[in-house]
Amino acid sequence: MSWTGKILRVNLTEGTCKSEPLNMKWAREYLGQRGLATKYLAEETDPKVDPLSPDNKMIMATGPLTGTMASTGGRYSIITKGPLTNAIACSNSGGHFGNEMKNAGWDMIIFEGRAPKPVYLLVENETAKLMDASEFWGKSVWETDEGLKAKHQDPMLRVATIGVSGERGVMYACVVNDLHRAAGRSGVGTVMGSKNLKAVAIRGTRGVRVKDPLRFMQVTTEQKRVLAENAVTGQGLPAHGTQVLMNVINETGALPTRNFRDVQFEGAHDISAEAMATPRKTDGQTNLKTNQGCFACTIACGRVSQLDQTHYTVINRPEYWGASGGLEYEAAWALGAATGVSDLEALTFANFVCNEQSLDPITFGATLAAAMELYDLGLITKEQTGGVELTFGSAEALTTMVELTGRAEGFGRELGLGSKRLCEKYGRPDLSMTVKGQEFPAYDPRGIQGMGLTYATSNRGACHLRSYTVSSEILGIPVKTDPLQTDGKAALVKAFQDATAAVDSSGLCVFSTFAWTLDNIAPQIDAACEGEWTAEYLLEVGERIWNLERQYNLAAGLTAADDTLPKRLLKDAAKTGPAKGLVAGLDKMLPEYYELRGWTPDGVPTTQTLQRLSMA
Amino acid sequence: MQKALLIDPGKCTGCRQCEMACSFEKEGVFNPAKSRIRVFDFHTEARFVPYTCTQCEQAWCKTACPVGAITLDARTGAKIVHDNHCVGCKVCTIACPFGTVNYNVDTGKVVKCDLCGGNPACATACPTNAITYIDAEQTGYERMRAWAAKTDNAPVVA
Repeated sequence: MSWTGKILRVNLTEGTCKSEPLNMKWAREYLGQRGLATKYLAEETDPKVDPLSPDNKMIMATGPLTGTMASTGGRYSIITKGPLTNAIACSNSGGHFGNEMKNAGWDMIIFEGRAPKPVYLLVENETAKLMDASEFWGKSVWETDEGLKAKHQDPMLRVATIGVSGERGVMYACVVNDLHRAAGRSGVGTVMGSKNLKAVAIRGTRGVRVKDPLRFMQVTTEQKRVLAENAVTGQGLPAHGTQVLMNVINETGALPTRNFRDVQFEGAHDISAEAMATPRKTDGQTNLKTNQGCFACTIACGRVSQLDQTHYTVINRPEYWGASGGLEYEAAWALGAATGVSDLEALTFANFVCNEQSLDPITFGATLAAAMELYDLGLITKEQTGGVELTFGSAEALTTMVELTGRAEGFGRELGLGSKRLCEKYGRPDLSMTVKGQEFPAYDPRGIQGMGLTYATSNRGACHLRSYTVSSEILGIPVKTDPLQTDGKAALVKAFQDATAAVDSSGLCVFSTFAWTLDNIAPQIDAACEGEWTAEYLLEVGERIWNLERQYNLAAGLTAADDTLPKRLLKDAAKTGPAKGLVAGLDKMLPEYYELRGWTPDGVPTTQTLQRLSMA
Repeated sequence: MQKALLIDPGKCTGCRQCEMACSFEKEGVFNPAKSRIRVFDFHTEARFVPYTCTQCEQAWCKTACPVGAITLDARTGAKIVHDNHCVGCKVCTIACPFGTVNYNVDTGKVVKCDLCGGNPACATACPTNAITYIDAEQTGYERMRAWAAKTDNAPVVA
């Protein structure tokens, strides 16, 4: 309690499914989900492994609070070595799949090897078997989800699957569950495809037990009230979703535009939360239909949108007329501001296709933006794109290319490489806006300095979710810091990284931390789980996880030289807005960060640090 | 005063706090599969709909039960399944037009909403007031009020 204490080990090469007990010593040290699965991966695989070889493993992992009434307690993660980055990959998703896995009685599912032909895993409580997936291979996420439910005559199956992009080696395929929630980044879906594993379908009816039920109900009820009374989690996120940020970040001068050439986008308002809620001129309907909560979540930030049926993308295509997962901020930025496209319906369509074919919309949009810059410079030509003008601001380029990339056809195969490999191939590696091969999300580190350090040091490559200092630098949570200053950011980034690593290992959603600190979270874990769980101990767990991921990456061959930013952000100053004249001041923060971490100047954890964390 | 569950699908976000609260109250575990209330996700229509027993006055389940295992709780109006009498024949699950009586394979008995004895856990847990427990004779009150607010009392000027 509240682990199920069981792992399902699936050997795809041999076609076997076996149950084994969870290592409870490791659970005590690494909590669950992100931390615990990383421990298993680090212990069981060589960090130098080719991510797309059968020797890599892929782990689906829940946290101890997954499947409980703790608000946001429905998360699961996929942990593996990522093909986009050749580093540790850990992608987190909501929806209902995580709860179903936990209710079926499994803390984790470890996939090993490679199936000789396409298969899917069917789990019904303690029964698990690999099934022939030939009828689903080549199908989209949506077709596979529907097809599996029909085949097994069970509308209550929860499905996590890849679309065509994941089968055909697009380097940033995600794994989509419940139609439009995704373990999104670093190519975890590409790993799944490389294993010939199309889908995981689960029904769980066993129930989740907690240590002290009455105390758990009491404390989770109290903490739900904290979320409800907070302005961000109680009002901003449910009403506007993460898209509430579009205009805010643009005004801050930190909205990367046209592959980071600019830091403000003239079309920001047209693709914002406000625009999604404004009736369209064409049909009088709003793009946004309603908000949606993932399992157990009382915040409900998810967007559900519906396209204008007269929009050029969907004329005579009724399969796209229904409501589906709408634009979140990062996707709206990548598909919109990064490419210079301000057609909200085109962005929404592109987002639908990303869900349908399991593309990470951040990396896809950012890669298209890089391709647009190469096209602008004459390094990619119309002949290579199949006649499509890849100009910044072209909605047609966006919507054509997302479909081609989703199916890995035509120029979509090139875009499927990700921007690092694409820009190297076309001779301008400096135009790839990536760290460790992974594209930046929607915050320009010239305008939000802490995010520069966040990106440079993120263990899974550029990512906002590893230490969301935007919270402090823009929103003032938990304390306001100046986004244009580098002073104090090393400590801020470390604090966010450690706390977030613990939250990502608990089964809870990191968005809860707009209102909750570890002081709010620890009592919930303590009431649910064996042992004693304090905020101080969770912070130690978080720091241990961070160092474990770091050690994995170092063993994989990464070095301090990989903790950097593209030249554009370090040399080219922001042209407009509050950050005008500024570059990302990474050099002012990184040495202090290493020191605070207890790492050598070369970014290697010292023996003393590892001993302090009981890791050596 | 008798109360009834009032469900307003327009306020539901699909979070399933109600299903967990129900299963915890009735089974002692968090297990949506065992919940007496279910949330349906009509995702292409952007609608989430919680659904459970409405406690029919002329209860088909109660009428159909061959062993008298379903009785009326006069205080709450709930139709209650008595496990010590239920033989698991499932006739009530066929009789119920709404599908809200279901069989539990672990116990061999049927389960249905009993309004938690007058303090329904689902309504307490719902974060958006999509499920409330109010005066059984006034379930239309808020909807009437909304329409009443749209009435223009100003005299028509010719």
